[in-house]
Amino acid sequence: MSMTGVVAPDGLVVATAERVVPGGRVRGMGVFLVLLAIVAVLGFVSSVSSRAHATFLLSAPPAVSVSPLTMSVRWTAGALAMLCAALGVLLVLRREQRGAYLIFGVGFATFLWAFLVWAARGAQLNFVQMLVTTLISTTPLVFGSLSGVMCERSGVINIAIEGQFLAGAFLGAMIGSVTGDLWLGMLAGAVAGGLFGWLLAFLALRYAVDQIIVGVVIVAFCTGLTNFLTEQVLTPDQTTLNSPQTFAPIAIPLLDKIPILGPVLFDENVFVYLAAILLVVVNFGLFRTRWGLRVRAVGEHPRAAETVGIHVLSVRYRNVVLGGVIAGIGGASFTIGSVGEFSSEMTAGLGYVALAAMIFGRWKPFGALGASLLFGFSVSLQSFLAVLNVGIPSPFLAMAPYVITIAVVSGLVGRVRPPAADGAPYSRE
Amino acid sequence: MRLELAGVTKRFGSLVANDHVDLTVEPGQVHCLLGENGAGKSTLMNVLFGMLRPDEGDVLLDGEVFRPADPGEAVRRGIGMVHQHFMLVPVFSVAENVVLGFEPTHRLGVLDRRRARAEIRKLSTEFGLEVDPDATVESLPVGVQQRVEILKALHRDAQVLILDEPTAVLTPQEIDALFAIVRSLAASGRSVLFITHKLKEVLAVADQITVMRLGKVVGTTTPRESDENALASMMVGRAVELVVHKEPARPGPAVLRVRNLTVADERGALAVHGVDLEVHAGEIVALAGVQGNGQTEIVEALTGLRSVVSGSIELDGVDVTGSSPHEMLRAGIGHVPEDRQRDGLVLPMSIEDNLVLDIYERQPFARFGSRDLGAVHANALEKLQAFDIRATSVEVPVKTLSGGNQQKVVVARELSRGVKLLVASQPTRGLDVGSIEYVHRRVVEERDKGVAVLIVSSELDEVLALGDRVAVMFRGKIVGIADPSVDRETIGLMMAGSGPRADEPIGVAAGAGAPRAGQPER
Amino acid sequence: MSEPGSPRRQPRPLIVPFRRLAQANVAVVTGLSVVSALVLGAVLIVVTTPSVLHVLGHIGSHPGRALGLTGASVGDAYWAMFSGAIVSPSALGHVLSTGHGWVTLFTPLSETLVAATPLVLAGLGVAIGFSTGVFNIGAQGQLIAGALAALYVGFEVKLPIGIHAPLVVLAGAAGGAAAGFVPGILKARTGAHEVITTIMFNYVMLNLLDYLLSVSPFQQPGQSNAISRTMPATARLPHLFGSGLRVNAGLLVALALVAGATWFTRRSTLGFSFRVIGLNPNAGKTAGIDARRVTVLVLTLSGALAGLAGTASLAGTDFFLSSGYGGNIGFDAITVALLGRNRPTGVLFAGLLFAALDVGGRNMQAVTGIPLDLASVSQALIVMFVATPVLVREIFRLRGSAAASLQLSTGGWGG
Repeated sequence: MSMTGVVAPDGLVVATAERVVPGGRVRGMGVFLVLLAIVAVLGFVSSVSSRAHATFLLSAPPAVSVSPLTMSVRWTAGALAMLCAALGVLLVLRREQRGAYLIFGVGFATFLWAFLVWAARGAQLNFVQMLVTTLISTTPLVFGSLSGVMCERSGVINIAIEGQFLAGAFLGAMIGSVTGDLWLGMLAGAVAGGLFGWLLAFLALRYAVDQIIVGVVIVAFCTGLTNFLTEQVLTPDQTTLNSPQTFAPIAIPLLDKIPILGPVLFDENVFVYLAAILLVVVNFGLFRTRWGLRVRAVGEHPRAAETVGIHVLSVRYRNVVLGGVIAGIGGASFTIGSVGEFSSEMTAGLGYVALAAMIFGRWKPFGALGASLLFGFSVSLQSFLAVLNVGIPSPFLAMAPYVITIAVVSGLVGRVRPPAADGAPYSRE
Repeated sequence: MRLELAGVTKRFGSLVANDHVDLTVEPGQVHCLLGENGAGKSTLMNVLFGMLRPDEGDVLLDGEVFRPADPGEAVRRGIGMVHQHFMLVPVFSVAENVVLGFEPTHRLGVLDRRRARAEIRKLSTEFGLEVDPDATVESLPVGVQQRVEILKALHRDAQVLILDEPTAVLTPQEIDALFAIVRSLAASGRSVLFITHKLKEVLAVADQITVMRLGKVVGTTTPRESDENALASMMVGRAVELVVHKEPARPGPAVLRVRNLTVADERGALAVHGVDLEVHAGEIVALAGVQGNGQTEIVEALTGLRSVVSGSIELDGVDVTGSSPHEMLRAGIGHVPEDRQRDGLVLPMSIEDNLVLDIYERQPFARFGSRDLGAVHANALEKLQAFDIRATSVEVPVKTLSGGNQQKVVVARELSRGVKLLVASQPTRGLDVGSIEYVHRRVVEERDKGVAVLIVSSELDEVLALGDRVAVMFRGKIVGIADPSVDRETIGLMMAGSGPRADEPIGVAAGAGAPRAGQPER
Repeated sequence: MSEPGSPRRQPRPLIVPFRRLAQANVAVVTGLSVVSALVLGAVLIVVTTPSVLHVLGHIGSHPGRALGLTGASVGDAYWAMFSGAIVSPSALGHVLSTGHGWVTLFTPLSETLVAATPLVLAGLGVAIGFSTGVFNIGAQGQLIAGALAALYVGFEVKLPIGIHAPLVVLAGAAGGAAAGFVPGILKARTGAHEVITTIMFNYVMLNLLDYLLSVSPFQQPGQSNAISRTMPATARLPHLFGSGLRVNAGLLVALALVAGATWFTRRSTLGFSFRVIGLNPNAGKTAGIDARRVTVLVLTLSGALAGLAGTASLAGTDFFLSSGYGGNIGFDAITVALLGRNRPTGVLFAGLLFAALDVGGRNMQAVTGIPLDLASVSQALIVMFVATPVLVREIFRLRGSAAASLQLSTGGWGG
């Protein structure tokens, strides 16, 4: 940062914008990349015979077929490790905040690539399928973190996403099964999520109960309730009540023929498309429209919003309910968008992961998407590594998304800047 | 528009904040509402702005009864408010703040940023309120932020403007600029209600003056018919001495020695820049300056709350640079923080616990990690007596006390430790005149006992009355040290960072990202 | 927006008697919360039992029968809950008529106390966090860490009985403390919010447990299932009332810690500094209290108590670990702390109540087939009502005095 001086009439030079460079974190990221490169060299290059090859399958219907990519493990991993190290060194030398996350992201991706090449040595990795799985695991997280963005931008912490997921998953499955209409199932999921969004708003806004406490209690309630109802209602009549169809993938003509991208992005079920649309809509709404300006004002400085005639509590009510609806749809995607039946506690803490993704994404929709993709990829990685049998015990692979979350919130994000009024109850007095 | 209050009464439980208040602001007039803290001015303002409903009485706009249900309605009816604590969203741009709630839009509610900018430019030139529509508010100096507040009101076509203590954060020169703006607003036919507790300002800007005390209107006058002393006694209800009685200081050896101190703020910008300062035993050094020029950061560095980038702090010849707050307190620094409710007290805790907040683990209040509640209680009773703290019991939460009594709790605690250096920030902010006099007297007593005292205040009157030496800060530097007998004008100019010529707009001087008139968009 | 500086605003002398009334209100509100939750639970039973719904459909033609059957199904369920958790009248009758069967008579109570022990211990840990403004949702993971450490000391160390069990308890506390320390130091050093990190650590610990249960030295030799070795007899907590009743010395540990926590919060200097940081961290820092150190200490202490909870059930009743050990104790501890209003004695009573609901729920499931999860639904509802005293007063049209609210704030993400 430059030093801007103003020469006062008496000849005194006054510094106004000189900054102490916060280079520590950037340097840390650089060092981390270099370490990763060393790990890659030791683990993926020197330990492997020079003739070992890995094959990535890149073709999947309905896309135009592409020939598989076969790589020498040693050379490919070696080159990637070098690239990773180079990016790390670049970070250390540059020490500038801008663009650092991007460089780090690319560096980390090269490491992952090297790892995949090593893991697939002597075998075939269906790369396209891996990306498809990533996207499938990412989708509910996108819904969850968008729900978080909706609520927290207006100043209400929604830690109940996990509960809204469960409620949406349960009711989506049940209604979808009973009526045989998946759209009604999705609607039911939305309603269930919205209901618990409303409950959060009702208790947190009307009675000013601490939002984190309400959230935790709602999660406990939803967990207990769905467990109870599953055993009491669904289990006795599984075929009628808990056997919905699932949404079939909808191929988008022509686009689905694109190699690799086609099967991943353009041959998905309606939840994936809906998530993408919501992402764009919420982002545009928040940052380009009157509605978004008001929501953000309420989340940052409710009193200021009130003084210009914005009804703080109604804005919050609306957003929290909408957030619940979004999370509820995300919940429905667990059942009618995926496995086709509800089972107890099937969301396995992903609501909290979504919350972490939102924080990692700095309360921005596309930031949250990036974080969600990272988690989604780690889930996908876990299942594919289990198949490849790389010798890492499966509990450690299962741990990966959670460990990454911890690393992310503590190492990479550090002290974040949430909306200023996030979590604070508001009253006029 | 003519604004009239007829018998407005507002009660909070047994407290009558406004007691049948009558007041009329004519169009084209600057009407000053004068009263000390706690006189009921803020309550009245909130009634006018729809934040509170009066229990009795009416507000009339051009003779028509007006009962705003919320601020939105007040704004629609043409009432604009410039709040003491700016109602601006710090992370928003100037344009976003100005249009918030009254946004120009395209179809489907998409914001029309171009029109927003154009409107701001138009208003800026009309009233001489220079500001860059695209600057982020938090990056602007407070003087400019205030212009944004005024622009906000004008954007909504306010016919009645209420300014609540608008000068609290301004330099004397910025105050003059504000007065010019206020007059031009009145000249355009708008009514201006100017709320303040500063006598000089009232005399300088008002057409009409209404004085409030303890919720009641105690008189109306005009600047021509009145003077400072008359206004002061009307405001306080008795004759007030505006000076602090003290003997000339007899400074001893230096207790605090600050060398080349540099401190950064939260965002990493240097807030204090190579400051040298000495405070001797038995003297009061007053650190003057407009708020936000590094005083807060100096105090935080002295008390260990903020890390030091470079330079040194010596206490009684011992280098204490980089010590923790705990070590600083142990070394003999007493600290009366700027914001007592935020930093000085734990409001839900009892008075007795608050009186030992920073000595709770020492004898006689604790032994082997176990607290002696009897000793804590006895200490509280003694302090209640010695510092004239008005409370029914020492067990009630400290939040039940009035502001003055809360401040006495903080002062009592800090002075009971036998300190070498007392650092007091804004020690009388928000207090009534009686409490102000009391706090000032205790500070002088400490000085006479040989304690070194550093007072930080943005009230020029306090600085001049209390200080034996006055150090003036501007943008992180001490720009000069003056004798308190020097005239206000000189100190005011120093507070603005220069000698006689400081007429350039502050916004432009702020350097990077500053607004520049006539610059093409983007 | 009254002006705080007003000189006339004297503290009201009425405050002291009012305070007592408010305390009475706490009990009233808590009692009514329990009642409301049970009523909602009853509604849930009714609407999910097909036979009851069926007769309710014909309420017009056979009102008496419909209501009777409804009442019976709800009554049976709650009766089964009561007799499973406190005392069974048939067992009482048996004792009264024959003079025998004392063990059967006291089994429900003993089971409730056994279930309450870990809830109280973990609840104390969560409560200490809450009252310091630290939100520890990681009791589950810390409990597992404690249990693992205790188990390890249990089977690796050979000691006589009087020394071994206490050492196991200490190891459990240490294990939990270590698991609490990590999110603590992360928060102090990097600002990572403990709500996220502690939740994530729960899943990490669950997976770590799965891994350890499948390898030496934890896995039961000769087993392919994920089951741990068992605690040797020397490492087990002794029974208090003979081998027929499972209630054991873990209860004494819990009671001692309730007393200890009471002293800690009221009288210790460390507890005072915790309280200051919890109520106003800024003022705490200004007064020289090291807020980061407090954060680390609180989470460590909180983890230690959760570790003890895991140890109490491991060394007191279970004697081995399996996948998902601890079940919902970690999360129930949060609701227990909330219901107990973060006061040690409050946590004790809340733990007893929740344990009774759980144990009774098991009996209810066995007798009536209504799923045990009804208990957790009721628990969540109870806390929801307790956290919203104004709502309870509105429902029951109570004339409210000072709000008996939870007075609890986690302060969002900023802290």
